[in-house]
Amino acid sequence: MPHLVLDKVSVHYDGQVAPAVERVSIDVAKGDFVVLVGRSGCGKTSLLNVAAGLVEPARGVATTGGRPITGPGSDRAVVFQNDALFPWLTARENVAFALRLRGVPQAERARRADELLALVKLDGAGDKRIWELSGGMRQRVGLARALAAEPEFLLLDEPLGALDALTRERMQTTLLDLWTAAKVGVLMVTHGIEEALVLATRIIVLAPGPGHVVRTFETGFSRRYASGEAIRAIKADPAFAAARGDLTDAIFEGEAA
Amino acid sequence: MSVTSYNERPAIKAGETDAISVPWSRPRPKRSWISSRAVSAVTILVVLAAWALSARLQLVSPVFLPSPAAVWTKFIVVIKDGFVDATLFQHVVASLGRVFAALLAAIVIGVPVGLAIGISTVGRGIFDPLLEFLRPIPPLAYLPLVIIWFGIGEPSKILVIAIAMLAPVALSTASGVRGVSKERIDAARSLGATNRQVVRHVILPSALPSILTGLRIALGAGWSTLVAAELVAATRGLGFMIQSAAQFLVTDVVVMGILVIATIAFVLEFIIRRIERQLVPWAGRE
Repeated sequence: MPHLVLDKVSVHYDGQVAPAVERVSIDVAKGDFVVLVGRSGCGKTSLLNVAAGLVEPARGVATTGGRPITGPGSDRAVVFQNDALFPWLTARENVAFALRLRGVPQAERARRADELLALVKLDGAGDKRIWELSGGMRQRVGLARALAAEPEFLLLDEPLGALDALTRERMQTTLLDLWTAAKVGVLMVTHGIEEALVLATRIIVLAPGPGHVVRTFETGFSRRYASGEAIRAIKADPAFAAARGDLTDAIFEGEAA
Repeated sequence: MSVTSYNERPAIKAGETDAISVPWSRPRPKRSWISSRAVSAVTILVVLAAWALSARLQLVSPVFLPSPAAVWTKFIVVIKDGFVDATLFQHVVASLGRVFAALLAAIVIGVPVGLAIGISTVGRGIFDPLLEFLRPIPPLAYLPLVIIWFGIGEPSKILVIAIAMLAPVALSTASGVRGVSKERIDAARSLGATNRQVVRHVILPSALPSILTGLRIALGAGWSTLVAAELVAATRGLGFMIQSAAQFLVTDVVVMGILVIATIAFVLEFIIRRIERQLVPWAGRE
């Protein structure tokens, strides 16, 4: 089974005195949902970019399936906070982008794109232009576009960060549905404490100065959702509230109050 | 309606809030008493009236300023019988032909140059100083050199216009390319796009609104160098027509020619804006 591994990775940006991240190790197996949380400047996004192949680690190695990561690749599709969709294409053409790059014939592309749009609950919106869609719908198109590349891993950089609170809540279950359906490994960065608990199978708490891991939580709430339990029931569980307290403590640990 | 209260203050009963409320609400209108279009129309009418009046009162000799009626008559005459061996239509076609040939050349050279400036440091190092050197030179200054090098034929005329168009096309393309969001490029790369595919499928379409703006500016710049380009050995063209008329002091043709040039520039601008709306409907809506 393929793993996405960051092994004792340090990130040190050119021209900066201190490293952004120091000796962080992360292992994402296919089927995992790993969430990185932490205060600003803890290097969450730097680590995601290392996994994406957009940033080269100063020390340590990043590998997928045992092979070193040397650049971006369609085995690790990235979804950004701002959708980064292509406004000159329709929703369907956006989703089919990765297939077009590979020279998949038009009809096959459209069929596959429509399937993915249905998976993100955007049936019938294929002909819509990007600017006609709401923020939540755009993010759904972005997710469908990433899945079209048939990646082994999804890298999500605060994908719900720009959405309003209600849309965000609804998108969390969509994300879980996609994760279950596509059987991918997910590495995600977020600021949302509750969001991390709802989505993750493992939460890695980072702290700044330079970015390092302070704690790791193995959580089971997303698996409970995947096996059919209602999301509201999960959130109402006292165990959820307890976990939220522990996670919050871990995030603000060591910070002067 | 039910109210769930989590605090100990009593819930507000119906009617209690009415004391401070306004009877009804409406949006505050913010309008000007007149549109700027109407002001423009009135301005044009006033200028025309002043022109007609000064001609009627013979404040200035018709050699300096012919009456609007005389210009209109001349317009009809030149359409029917022509001026210096060509009808107005033929003059217009000759000028438009040169400007569009030049535009084509400016696109073929300017867009790749702009891409090179926007994408690569080397490209920027090569082309930036060259364009900055070309840009401020007035067409009349390089016209003699173009003639010495390329003779007095049609290519020279097109070249003079194309040089004026090159910088706006290339620089707008470059600024469009530099404006492409990093996330968009990174997203494409993570979907498996090669460098070439990134340029073709992401950078070029992203820069298209900016490129079209460049074409619009270039068309304006090219059209305004028309007279300079037709200064030498032309037998047709609006610029040539005006110059010939000036040599014989046929002021009504000069004025008519100026108005025709202005009208065509206005129409071209309008057409390109329509094309922009058709081709890049997403511009400004992202």
